[in-house]
Amino acid sequence: ATGAYPKRVKVVEVGPRDGLQNEKTVVPTSVKISLINMLSETGLQVIEATSFVSPKWVPQMADHTEVLQGINKRPGISYPVLTPNLRGFQAAVAAGAKEVSVFGAASELFTNKNINCSIEESLERFEEVMKAAREASIPVRGYVSCVLGCPYEGKISAAKVAEVSKKMYSMGCYEISLGDTIGVGTPGSMREMLAAVMKEVPVGALAVHCHDTYGQALANILVALQMGVSVVDASVAGLGGCPYAQGASGNVATEDLVYMLNGLGIHTGVDLQKLMDTGTFICNALNRKTNSKVSQASCRL
Amino acid sequence: QEPQASGLPEYIKIVEVGPRDGLQNEKVIVPTDTKIELINQLSKTGLPAIEVTSFVSSKWVPQMADHKEVMRGIERHPGVQYPVLTPNLQGFHSAIAAGATEVSVFGAASESFSKMNINCSIEESIERFEEVTKSARNMNIPVRGYVSCALGCPYEGNVVPDKVAEVSKRLYSMGCYEISLGDTIGVGTPGSMKKMLEAVMKEIPLSALAVHCHDTYGQALANILTAMQMGVAVVDSSVAGLGGCPYAKGATGNVATEDVIYMLNGLGINTGVNLCAVMEAGNFICTALNKKTNSKVAQASFSTGTV
Repeated sequence: ATGAYPKRVKVVEVGPRDGLQNEKTVVPTSVKISLINMLSETGLQVIEATSFVSPKWVPQMADHTEVLQGINKRPGISYPVLTPNLRGFQAAVAAGAKEVSVFGAASELFTNKNINCSIEESLERFEEVMKAAREASIPVRGYVSCVLGCPYEGKISAAKVAEVSKKMYSMGCYEISLGDTIGVGTPGSMREMLAAVMKEVPVGALAVHCHDTYGQALANILVALQMGVSVVDASVAGLGGCPYAQGASGNVATEDLVYMLNGLGIHTGVDLQKLMDTGTFICNALNRKTNSKVSQASCRL
Repeated sequence: QEPQASGLPEYIKIVEVGPRDGLQNEKVIVPTDTKIELINQLSKTGLPAIEVTSFVSSKWVPQMADHKEVMRGIERHPGVQYPVLTPNLQGFHSAIAAGATEVSVFGAASESFSKMNINCSIEESIERFEEVTKSARNMNIPVRGYVSCALGCPYEGNVVPDKVAEVSKRLYSMGCYEISLGDTIGVGTPGSMKKMLEAVMKEIPLSALAVHCHDTYGQALANILTAMQMGVAVVDSSVAGLGGCPYAKGATGNVATEDVIYMLNGLGINTGVNLCAVMEAGNFICTALNKKTNSKVAQASFSTGTV
């Protein structure tokens, strides 16, 4: 059965952070700021602005303070930033952040290779951030990577995803974004994973972050919506390749997502044309073609 | 993962349209040998049906000018169907003479599209097809019917679901064993797919329906999933996503067979098709066409060296 769909979906735009972080070309601060400002005009309610991580690890995000302080913060729009640890959190708050995100994973090997510690140790680090955030009344969003597969471990058990999600939700994350980091998931594995997670975390606190590396993203998102998920992450122009499969795509394109939601009569508040214009802007700045099929199709050359 | 548990069919028949629909919409003219080799490779993948060519005037479709040679040149594997397009009686006779054992006719749910594409009204096209199905019946040749513009038309825009149902019913009643509903410009979404199928399913049994989705707006897999959730068990696709969109320059067209199979495998749905073998055929034809694949699965797999 196709089931009922949510009437509204909150689209979380991750292009300026997740997207740009996975683009080879380092983008000037002014371009990042223009990108975020343009996104702020599209109706998007949440725009992930940058990451307070050491520039040694992520050179693309070295200008995090300038970006956060330089953007026009429109009322009603949230500009979360990544904060991998307490130090990053403090720097973010000092720079004016009003919402932060922490990044966990459902795979030990991935955690090891990505942030150099075990899942348990990473949760301890987040606990420090949660404590400080609680004191400062700053909401924290939790990400769980590798929910449908890991580049190192391969298959990931739904039970493990549920366990990590539960821990992050219990420590105070208001929302858990479940990420198909390498895009290997299909509607089958999405359904199974969500069924397990929904036993531990209320569906209203869940989001999906699907990568389109195997072209499965929209089908996976459709299934998530059918199961009651109403928050979806996406990246304008499908910015951000896959660091684990050279030349392959990564994030699902916000334009393609909004096109599908519009067709389903689901309200997002996002102006598709303005979104496409923003995608055109950043692709020109990056000197690359868009990964959005809607954008490609709408452009009559 | 049990497909039955999620209300999905246990088996999906994949109709491979790359050699016809795919190549027809590629700019580069492909040598006959290459076409034959592609079809022979596809025959070894487990695909149950491979659309071979089109018996249409070479004036209109130069890519299909070698239809006789291709039809006669391919290996015919037992258990695999090799349908060919036959727009009219003349094409039908020519196809039979060349050894065809199944044919297809192409209608549309839009008057403007019918006029622009085949120079006649829907009604006139139906009359032409009736000549074909009558002859086909006499010779025990199965006929598949296509309905283009099922979810939108490049000229008319919106297409009413009842119109799609009406044209489908005409084709089914005249003897087409299966009706393939085509989202010709890929504008459909799960919303419009559902509405259209609901209307068509009032007139045609589910088992006689197929979907032919274009991925021009990235919606194909989501649309196919929706169709399967409603019980449709036949899906058209094109190896490597061959075939651009003639109505949106630079845009993509057919959904890639590899990407469809990847999804179906993940859902535990049986297709009988070997994904790796399809990727190899895709690699072969893309090399021959000197172009990149449109299949994301193929792209990702070649990068990582795994599937």
